[in-house]
Amino acid sequence: MDALDLARWQFGVTTVYHFLFVPLTIGLGVFVAGLQTAWHRTGKEHYLTLTKFFGKLFLINFAMGVVTGIVQEFQFGMNWSEYSTFVGDVFGAPLALEALLAFFMESTFLGLWIFGWGRLPKRVHLATIWAAAIGSNLSAYFILAANAWMKHPVGYEVVDGRARMTDLWAVLTNSTALAQVPHVIGAAFVVAGGFVIAVCGYRIVKERRARGFRGGDAVMWRSGMRAALLMTAVAGVIVAGTGDMSAKLLHEQQPMKLAAAEGLERDTAGAPFSVVPGIEIPQLLSFLATNDPNATVAGTEDLQARFEKEFGPGDYRPNLPVVFWSFRVMIVFGLSTVALSVLGLWLTRRRREVPGWFARACLLALPLPTLAMVAGWLLSEIGRQPWTVAGELLTAASVSPGVTLTEVAVSLTIFTVLYGALAVGEGVLLVKYVRKGPDVPQPAPADPEPVTGESRLQPTLMY
Amino acid sequence: MELTTFWFVLIAFLWTGYFLLEGFDFGVGVLAPVLARDEAQHRQIVHTIGPVWDGNEVWLITAVGAMFAAFPAWYSGMLSQFYLPLVLVLCGLIVRGVGLEWRGKVTTPAGRAWCDLGVMAGSGLPAFLWGAIFADLLLDSGLAALVGGLFSLSMCLLHGAVFIALKTEGPVRRSARSAAVAAALAAVPLGVVSLSAIPGGGPWPVWALALVAMAGLAASVALIWRRREGWAFTATATVIVAGTAALFTSIWPEPLPGLTVAEAASGPYTLNVLTWIGLAALPFVVGYQAWTYWVFRKRLTQEAAAV
Repeated sequence: MDALDLARWQFGVTTVYHFLFVPLTIGLGVFVAGLQTAWHRTGKEHYLTLTKFFGKLFLINFAMGVVTGIVQEFQFGMNWSEYSTFVGDVFGAPLALEALLAFFMESTFLGLWIFGWGRLPKRVHLATIWAAAIGSNLSAYFILAANAWMKHPVGYEVVDGRARMTDLWAVLTNSTALAQVPHVIGAAFVVAGGFVIAVCGYRIVKERRARGFRGGDAVMWRSGMRAALLMTAVAGVIVAGTGDMSAKLLHEQQPMKLAAAEGLERDTAGAPFSVVPGIEIPQLLSFLATNDPNATVAGTEDLQARFEKEFGPGDYRPNLPVVFWSFRVMIVFGLSTVALSVLGLWLTRRRREVPGWFARACLLALPLPTLAMVAGWLLSEIGRQPWTVAGELLTAASVSPGVTLTEVAVSLTIFTVLYGALAVGEGVLLVKYVRKGPDVPQPAPADPEPVTGESRLQPTLMY
Repeated sequence: MELTTFWFVLIAFLWTGYFLLEGFDFGVGVLAPVLARDEAQHRQIVHTIGPVWDGNEVWLITAVGAMFAAFPAWYSGMLSQFYLPLVLVLCGLIVRGVGLEWRGKVTTPAGRAWCDLGVMAGSGLPAFLWGAIFADLLLDSGLAALVGGLFSLSMCLLHGAVFIALKTEGPVRRSARSAAVAAALAAVPLGVVSLSAIPGGGPWPVWALALVAMAGLAASVALIWRRREGWAFTATATVIVAGTAALFTSIWPEPLPGLTVAEAASGPYTLNVLTWIGLAALPFVVGYQAWTYWVFRKRLTQEAAAV
């Protein structure tokens, strides 16, 4: 165990942890904005109740996404100074743009939204949550463009041992980024949709139990669930489609990752898709990777031999079992979530009631997409190893030379303990508010018009 | 102006904005549990920074992001050099942010006490450490780091106390004024020592900027004594702006020992594109942040904060 290993663990732990909160920020922000828009348009009280209810859950989560994100920006310089010096010219640009164009917008307008109930005109207040949600999504675009560049560097040249950007547009429209951005943002909407589905399912089960009979469900849980089912299904189709695009790009740009994900050792024409070791579907991999069932797909061992010739001796294979299995977890868990959402839409069509068993099954919509997304990141980033910048810079050459093993051990311990404690806090708070349910009694007298009068009465979301 | 110079100045501007804005957030965070007699007062105090603290923090993200993009070697050199202090800064910012966001959501007194502890420690720690880090960078001495850290901490307390006095009504406003005077008792001597220790160098006389900062310190004490909170806040803002300007002037053109801005800089293409995008975007950012302060310009009463 040396400083490099610990620095990698720290980056992995803090990034995966950060990304547990980010999808809810991205997807739930838009969902809450949608609810508030629905309230604004229709004046129906239950949309306002849902806006505030999910708004509260959104805010409990939002803080965690922000503060764990700061660690990420610092960590490049703190633990990966060689990497940062090498790539800053190219990689730093989207990060700076992310802060300037996205984070300011997100945080400033969210502050206005939280404290603006009743202070701002209704229309302006609605605009603030949209601005914050757009900011979150924009930030995802920039950071994913930066991340895509690590796997498929474009728009640069290497001068004096440092990457120099030659074309920002090429970096921002990198084919890898254009496939990855909708894939990850789509996945964020699936996770957020799954969260809402699970919460609504839980509320329906709980309220039926309290009532002692089926039927007469609160309209808000049904409409909230339907909206989330639709969002999840649509986002799921986008995730699947862009996943297919990504696989084809992997074939061209990151053959080692594709081979590792499939456990394919030798270059194979008409390569089969391995469902699990031992069960194979003939020619499917070649077809998925190229649209041609007879095409040759590279294998890990043959690639290793070619890379050794090109880059010198070394092991150019990522951790094969992790990449292989995370690929399967991602697909199975992700597709089950989408199947669940399509099933739910079918079951609840034309005012049909939510079946009791389905409301219970909805609880799965929380862990399934979350695990799929974590697995997706493991596939994507462990599959990139041993490179930080594909073909240009090895992970082993990226680490800070001046930071000692002890220092990284200390920071890894501190972050792990702190993050663990905060995860407990977040879990407790979310569960508490989901159990408690919305603040406002559901059949509140609708009085959508007076802007100033109502503000005094509404409980705010904060402080 | 040459591009590397321009970017150095822009980064100095972003750091200045950060210290100016987050400076009072830190002060408010530490002072809230000290000044508040009860939960209503506590809410009133925290509410003064509620809508803005997160936006203020983005100045740091942007400053560091701009260093990464424009001077990668400065960014990576400085961040890896101050590894453990920065780990603590990050931990502070984490518990502070979470504490601020959660304190209104928790329902038990114990939960709230945890949040308040997080906000207090998470504000005080970075307030001290930023001063210590930059003092150590300038003078490479443990004593300098200690004095610099104590100055920045006491300065944040002063700035924050004046901010509370400026933004509230009632008993909190009065106790904040007393706290400002108390903080000034520490900030003035520490400031005189710290500011006069900033080494000369750079294109402008550092001593002149340091003098402006010291004058601001003296003025802030006099003004808070006379209950002119708006002017006192202008004075503490001047201390931070002039002090940060002195700091960045002093490290020009070698932001790290042995590393010049020219060596650290990104290529002209990157600097050029970022300049255009930055110049186009910055007015909007400053504009809508200023608008937030305008929306929440009214002094907070306990009743208003309780809503």
